[in-house]
Amino acid sequence: MNRKSRWAAGPYILWMIIFVIVPLVLIGVFAFTTDAPFDENSKRLTQEELAAIEEEYAETDEELPVTYKTVFTWDNILSVSQYLPVLFNSAWLALIATAICLIIGYPLAYFMSRFRASSQRLVQMLIMLPMWMNFLLRTYAWMTLLEKNGWINRIFGLIGVGPFEMINTQGAVVLGMVYNYLPFMILPLYSVMTKIENHTIEAAQDLGAGSIRVFTKVVIPLSMPGIASGITMVFVPAVSTFIISRMLGGGTNMLIGDLIDLQFLGNAYNPNLGAAISLVLMVFILLCMSITNQLDNGDEEMEGKML
Amino acid sequence: MKKFAKNFYIFLVFLFLYAPIGVLIVNSFNASKSRSVWGGFTFDWYSKLLHDETILKSLVTTLVVALVASVISTLLGTAAAIGIFNMKKNMRSLILNISYLPIINPEIVTGVSLMLLFVSFKMDFGYITLILAHISFCVPYVILNVLPKLRQMDKHLIEAALDLGCNRWQAFTKVTLPEIMPGVITGFLMSVTYSVDDFVISYFTHGSKAQTLSITIYSMTRRKVSPKVNALSTLIFVAVLTILIIVNVADAKRNSPKKYKKGVKA
Amino acid sequence: MKRMILLTLCLCTFISVFPISSSAYSEDYDWERFKGKNAEINVYNWGEYISIDEGNEGDYDTVSEFEKLTGINVNYTTFASNEELYAKLQSGGANYDVVIPSDYMIGRLINEDMLLELNYDNIPNVKYIDERFKDPLYDPYSVPYTWGYVGLIYNKTMIDDLGELESWDIMWNEKYANNILMFNNSRDAFAISLFREGYSVNTSNLKQLEAAARELEKQKPIVQSYVMDEVFDKMGGGEAALAPYYAGDAITMMEDNPDLGFAVPKEGTNLFTDSMCIPKGAQNKEAAEMFINFMCETETALRNIEYICYSTPHTEAFKLLPEDVQNNGIYYPDLEKIKTERFYALPETTTKQIDKMWTDIMTNTNTSPWLTPIFLVAALGFTAFINVRRTMKKKQNEL
Repeated sequence: MNRKSRWAAGPYILWMIIFVIVPLVLIGVFAFTTDAPFDENSKRLTQEELAAIEEEYAETDEELPVTYKTVFTWDNILSVSQYLPVLFNSAWLALIATAICLIIGYPLAYFMSRFRASSQRLVQMLIMLPMWMNFLLRTYAWMTLLEKNGWINRIFGLIGVGPFEMINTQGAVVLGMVYNYLPFMILPLYSVMTKIENHTIEAAQDLGAGSIRVFTKVVIPLSMPGIASGITMVFVPAVSTFIISRMLGGGTNMLIGDLIDLQFLGNAYNPNLGAAISLVLMVFILLCMSITNQLDNGDEEMEGKML
Repeated sequence: MKKFAKNFYIFLVFLFLYAPIGVLIVNSFNASKSRSVWGGFTFDWYSKLLHDETILKSLVTTLVVALVASVISTLLGTAAAIGIFNMKKNMRSLILNISYLPIINPEIVTGVSLMLLFVSFKMDFGYITLILAHISFCVPYVILNVLPKLRQMDKHLIEAALDLGCNRWQAFTKVTLPEIMPGVITGFLMSVTYSVDDFVISYFTHGSKAQTLSITIYSMTRRKVSPKVNALSTLIFVAVLTILIIVNVADAKRNSPKKYKKGVKA
Repeated sequence: MKRMILLTLCLCTFISVFPISSSAYSEDYDWERFKGKNAEINVYNWGEYISIDEGNEGDYDTVSEFEKLTGINVNYTTFASNEELYAKLQSGGANYDVVIPSDYMIGRLINEDMLLELNYDNIPNVKYIDERFKDPLYDPYSVPYTWGYVGLIYNKTMIDDLGELESWDIMWNEKYANNILMFNNSRDAFAISLFREGYSVNTSNLKQLEAAARELEKQKPIVQSYVMDEVFDKMGGGEAALAPYYAGDAITMMEDNPDLGFAVPKEGTNLFTDSMCIPKGAQNKEAAEMFINFMCETETALRNIEYICYSTPHTEAFKLLPEDVQNNGIYYPDLEKIKTERFYALPETTTKQIDKMWTDIMTNTNTSPWLTPIFLVAALGFTAFINVRRTMKKKQNEL
């Protein structure tokens, strides 16, 4: 429409370069470098040599004749391979959580979209409302519910069953994921389904399709874009979550997010390895996204659908 | 029967969604400090909340960060959307794809990358880093909401305004802005919501001076969450509920459906 | 904002006109030299490690007492383990003025040149600190705040034979599967395993460390969860039977839940001192030293120690404690009678090895080795399926 208005994006592009591109480049830089020890003659030391020097100087007060320099290395990326089981375990749990979200959310979104307009608004509001509560508190409340002496076991106790081991299991982690991300599944599904006109369904029925056929041939294909974005919006945060597993999984089921946290602000400080794991996680997610995008029958207009 | 099954199903889903919130609310009135023992009804935690500096201070931090970050993101994002809208196709899709990175990327990766950025620039972790980080994940949501409004707008309107003697700025404020306003407002509200709700990115970018409520709650969850926080979240819950009801009632009265549909948070 | 400034101003004048009856604190120390200078310090401490106002009558809030006395604003934040503190300091983002690590971490921070030397002229109260707890290794970088040792907290209703508590073996006993809590930090966890094996906790011997790591790995399936301060909640609520933790915290927990008891295994345990230090990058060293001095005021030290229940190295505060506390075997054990060993800073290579082993133990989930290949095949298959279907559809449409 007019060329000059393009410059309105100028400040943002500058912003984007500094706060989106540079940080990602930094992750790359950290992932491929390490602080390597060098001796006085600038000779790089192996782990054994360093240990030997350390032992030699252990009894003295003198400073080690060792300096550290940042050097390029493949080691970080290579050692990530060792933690791939953690990544796939996270992906597996996230996948289960996504599937459960889809199974729970799909019918609900469908029912919702067939409500009267005013009830639709109400139900939509009720689904969004829990998201305004801090997610840590909600997860913490699940601890109260699931514990051995928690509310659920107490209720079971009243009718004489249990207690069940619910907390500190993988199931609890999946539950936490489902709980936290269910609205992210329902809302995109719902917004796609409101666009399916009742007439379309009626037309299919008039043409002799049974309710199952209507569902598989009309409703599901038409809601595909919603399914795709719902899956992404649940799967991505679920894979990378790092606090749910600690609270509900008891720290015995470490997920990839916990592993990254452990390297940066946790008990095993190693930001280079942490950056390498983040890089791998990022690539993994982009791969997964390209798969779900294919669900979407090549509809290029992705804007707005993320929501 | 079918109808009953349907309603029962919907009831179960909402039971699932609201069970933990019920726990929070019930515990905010629980005189016992233990989470799973009922020690009688009390309002104590609410009055103690008013005297807890850590919680109140972090609440203020959360609100300040959310407001500043959202205002800046809204300005930055709206301008960006207009600019991007007027770009050639290739350039546009390139910029958009990069813009969406913070949304698509796992939060933890965004958080870690920003942390590395701030460390590399030797910045002090505090209000500034928190606000910068929050802006960078809020802007995409503003763009995402404003861009469709620009597309829906009749392009000839601006030409007409220019023909009628408006200068560019007038054309923008008198024609474009009113047209895209719903998108701008939605973008702003979403930014506020996401900023208030954010934990992961704040976790990696907060410092010793400024802690958001999520961070304070996080450090509490590692030993024992004070019932005072339950009281606070009950208050927040009631406040949000009231606001949403007012908005919805007003909306219903105006009888303009779908205005907020895409909106408040998705 | 303006109102805030006004309010603060009013408060300041109020305070300077009517100085608080500062009789509680040493009068020959110039507490007020930062008044009105907008001074600010960042304090980074363990969780539950300072007296706070819980809203009960007579509660002592250390931080606000200090703020009132000196006019220095304190940003108080907490960490859960020494390693976490180290990561936060290393990552470089946050500037802290006072941190309170344990002895071995102080050693490591000194080795890596991350601490500032203290000026004891600004901390005259250091004279109250018991010589036994001033390790020359950490001089002049630290002022001891508390000391304590690790023991086993147990739930009497869940342990059959108290004799079992004499050995760390109980932590590996299948009988208590899923009722055991374990330290969520490498040094403390390795220490338990090393004590049990009869090795020194300061060993750099890779074989010994690997043996300890193997035992920790064996223990993992029966561990309910790895915790730090979560232990208060879990033991207090009767969620687990056993947890190794610090003696002072054990007393706090026992006050909350009378079913709990405390024992020290015979193989030995870790004796530690947590001390106040000033890290490099501190913005206001003098104010930080004032804070440390304040923490060593008899009144403050007494109130803090009463709140956190650890043992105090402060001679005057100790004298003011109730007799039954002074003679309590858990607070102030006869150090001759229990076998203890202190942690020292390990060489960097060893620290890294331990970190690595710890990460491996933590990430070792019992997932099927087939998961990885199945996942890859499934993803590829899915992509192929969709693409094939799409091309077929396209062809159909073309026809």
